[in-house]
Amino acid sequence: MTGIWVVLAVLVLATVFGLYRRATDGRLREVEIAADPTDSVHVPGTPPGAGYAHEGDKLSTEDIGEPLGARATLVQFSSAFCAPCRATRVILEEVSAMLEGVVHVEIDAEAHLDLVRRLDVRRTPTVLVLDAAGLVRVRAAGAPRKADVIAALGQIF
Amino acid sequence: MTTINASTAATTPKLARQIDARGPRFGAILTTAVLALTLLTIPSTLSAVLLTLQAVVFGLGSIVGLHAQPYGIVFRTVVRPRLAAPTTFEDQAPPRFAQAVGFGFAIVGIVGFATGATVVVYIAVAFALAAAFLNAAFNFCLGCEMYLLGRRLIPGRSNAAL
Repeated sequence: MTGIWVVLAVLVLATVFGLYRRATDGRLREVEIAADPTDSVHVPGTPPGAGYAHEGDKLSTEDIGEPLGARATLVQFSSAFCAPCRATRVILEEVSAMLEGVVHVEIDAEAHLDLVRRLDVRRTPTVLVLDAAGLVRVRAAGAPRKADVIAALGQIF
Repeated sequence: MTTINASTAATTPKLARQIDARGPRFGAILTTAVLALTLLTIPSTLSAVLLTLQAVVFGLGSIVGLHAQPYGIVFRTVVRPRLAAPTTFEDQAPPRFAQAVGFGFAIVGIVGFATGATVVVYIAVAFALAAAFLNAAFNFCLGCEMYLLGRRLIPGRSNAAL
C-alpha cells in the first residue's frame, strides 16, 4: 500500500515542479538596481545618485576572457552535461550576428567556478546580458527566447 | 559575432556524437514504468528483481555508453524504424550523465533491499522515479541541472585558470 502513495506523491510533486519550470525557464529578469549608493557601481542611463548596482555584477574583459561588445555582451554559462546549452548558443549567435556591437561569449562554468559563485550561477545555461560598461543588467536561467533577448537588448541600448 | 573560450570548445562534443533526442525520452518512459512498478511491489522479490534489472540498464547506459543501453537498443531497432526521420538531435553527454545518476539511486536502493532497510529503498527509488518522470514528461534532466550546484559546493577548484 505504501508504494501507491509514494508513486502518487512523486508524480504529483514532479508534475507541479515540471509545470512551474516550464513556465519560468529562460525568462529574462532585470537585475535589481538600488536607489541608494550602497554599492559603488553607477548604472548608466539612470539619473546620477539614483541607480546603483552590486560591484560584483560588473564584468571586465579579464573576467570573461574576451573583449566586451561595444554596445552589449551576451554571456552564456555552459557545461558538458547540458542539453539546452546548444539551442541557447544558436539563439545568441543569431542575435549577436544580427545586431552591431553585440557579442556572444560562451563560458565553461566548470572551468570558471569563481565567476560562477560570484554571479550566483546555479545551472546551465545561464545567460547574462551586459551593457556597454560590462554591468549585468538582465539575466536568465535556462534557454531564453530569441525575441526576449532582443527586447532586453533594446532596453539597455 | 561569437567568441568561445578555448576551455569551452574542449567540452563541445563533436557532431558525430549526436543522437536522436527521442531515444533517451523513450528510455525515460520505460524507466518510469519499471520504477513505478518497483515501488508498487515493495516488499517482494519481484520489486528487488525489477530494481536490479533497472540498475543493469542504468549501468550499461552510463559506464559502457548509450549505444549499449538496452532501452536505447529497443528504440533503435523497433521504434525508430516506425517513426519519421529525426528532427532533433542532442549531445550524448547529458543523457549518459542522467543514466549515471539513475545508477547511483538504483545501487542505494539495492543496498537497502540487501540490508532490509525498506525506507531507504522507498526513498532511493522515489528519487529515481522523479528524475525519470521529469525526463519523460518534461524533457527535463534533473541530474544535469543539479550538476553545476554540486560542482559549486566543492570549494575553490576550477579546472582551468582564467
